[in-house]
Amino acid sequence: MDKQTKLNLEKTACKVRIGIIHGVHAAKSGHPGGSLSVADILTYLYFKEMNIDPKNPKDPSRDRLVLSKGHAAPALYATLAERGFFSSDELFNLRHIGSFLQGHPDMKNTPGVDMSTGSLGQGISAAVGMALSAKHFGDNYRVYAALGDGELEEGQVWEAAMFAANKKLSNLIAFVDLNGLQIDGTIDEVNSARPVDKKFEAFGWETIEIDGHDFEQIEAALEKAKKADKPVAIIAKTVKGKGVSFMENEVGWHGKAPGDEQYEQAINELNAQLASL
Amino acid sequence: MADIKTVATRAGYGEALVELGNERDDFLVMDADLAAATQTGKFKQAFPDRFYNCGIAEQNMMSIAAGIAATGKRVIVSSFAMFASGRAFEQIRNSICYPKLPVIIGATHGGISVGEDGATHQCNEDIALMRTLPNMTVINPADAVEAKKAVRAALEHDGPVYMRFGRYAVPVIFDDGYKFEIGKANILRDGGDVSIIATGLMVDEALKAHDILKAEGISARVINMATIKPLDSAAVLAAAKETGAIVTAEEHSVIGGLGSAVSELVCESCPVPVVKLGVYDRFGYSGPAAKLLDDFGLRAVNIVEKAKAAIALKK
Repeated sequence: MDKQTKLNLEKTACKVRIGIIHGVHAAKSGHPGGSLSVADILTYLYFKEMNIDPKNPKDPSRDRLVLSKGHAAPALYATLAERGFFSSDELFNLRHIGSFLQGHPDMKNTPGVDMSTGSLGQGISAAVGMALSAKHFGDNYRVYAALGDGELEEGQVWEAAMFAANKKLSNLIAFVDLNGLQIDGTIDEVNSARPVDKKFEAFGWETIEIDGHDFEQIEAALEKAKKADKPVAIIAKTVKGKGVSFMENEVGWHGKAPGDEQYEQAINELNAQLASL
Repeated sequence: MADIKTVATRAGYGEALVELGNERDDFLVMDADLAAATQTGKFKQAFPDRFYNCGIAEQNMMSIAAGIAATGKRVIVSSFAMFASGRAFEQIRNSICYPKLPVIIGATHGGISVGEDGATHQCNEDIALMRTLPNMTVINPADAVEAKKAVRAALEHDGPVYMRFGRYAVPVIFDDGYKFEIGKANILRDGGDVSIIATGLMVDEALKAHDILKAEGISARVINMATIKPLDSAAVLAAAKETGAIVTAEEHSVIGGLGSAVSELVCESCPVPVVKLGVYDRFGYSGPAAKLLDDFGLRAVNIVEKAKAAIALKK
């Protein structure tokens, strides 16, 4: 990856994070921690990887992304807005009455949202269905999914994993946003899905472990994943709350909006990061 | 008396899948390891490339179906009513109904007439569960002919459809000329003293009840309510106004099913007595289907009793 590309992605991710904070603050609720941890992955997918057209969001031949960890909707919305699917002003309407930016993704009303998600474990199955459909009907698009690490505790994830490997869905790439925290505590305290790589491998997937905040590693992993003859899980180690100092690695920021002062501090920090790039 | 032909509605479902498969190749069929029993096995045999087995994972199957439908393709999924509507309820709600994806759920082995498998497999709650879901259409055919036609209509419908089929062979009521329309009830016998609104295998029992009542000088209207949601409110309200008393008959819990749907409407719009016949808040047990239908009071004689009770309640 050349320097300029990397710099552009870093700037974009910074803007996405600013969008997340705007949205969650305006909503006075929502999930900043897991949105900030997955922001770099979504930025790379929507700005570098996926075959999509903001002017034609329903193009049948487009690549799809299913945000299986649907509570990270603020990250998806901020990414879609930055990519031009709708105005960034809409982020200030997040979770408001009448807004198409629902608390969790709504494919019917939000341009660019490929699947309605929010109930954990179901999104990965839907992504499997999309990949199966593409393979069966001879369509060439890829399907990407983003899973939370807490989400891996849902049994349905493993039903989906078993099926995807059995049907050799090599057009499916799933990111696991391994930030190590879930609402009630660390994933190790609550009910750890570790070792995540061994589990996916036992279910017949290829796995690649990366730093989920390093664009070069994200790129390399995707290049490798696209050559696989089976579904691939990219296990991305991330920091929950990444980019906002007081939210980083703090379980309390899983599902809480910043107050006005905290909002100002978060935006100032992110603006400083953007200016330094 | 001519021989009565009996066929299970699940058989009509299986035949419909093959017929439709011959006509078009734009839909997939999935099952959760019950293909032989649900009859999707017939489709699998005819079109092995268009059939996908999900294995014993109904929740995954429902969300996979949603994903397929989200790509603009059609899909029909099958399991037993118990596991389709019960185990995978939340997947049906959130993955399929919320985005209004056109997935057809072919749920076989509905009701007490599953028989020997017993209570864990006798689902008397599926209509109630599915009826509460926004965007969902719920169809419970009376015989194999109606089942076949309903599958065809469901594949043309733009939205999720839950179809309930039975394991037990029941008399064929309709001939091939019968026209099925989603949301339309049919009056099979007209009458003025009471209306019997029946669904599924209780429709044949209702026809028998009509004859018994007729012999006693009571004129009963018999309505086949194959579509429970959206309910044909015009047919129900006409029955309430014109006959002044209603009996509902279903092989399902009296809590939440056809009887509840009819009562809800009649209470609000044209209050007349509604007496419900169904399974009264209890689990089933193992035994031959015919014996279970006797034991649970799901027979013409029981409808006759309820019809008289409904008439007695008229003001």
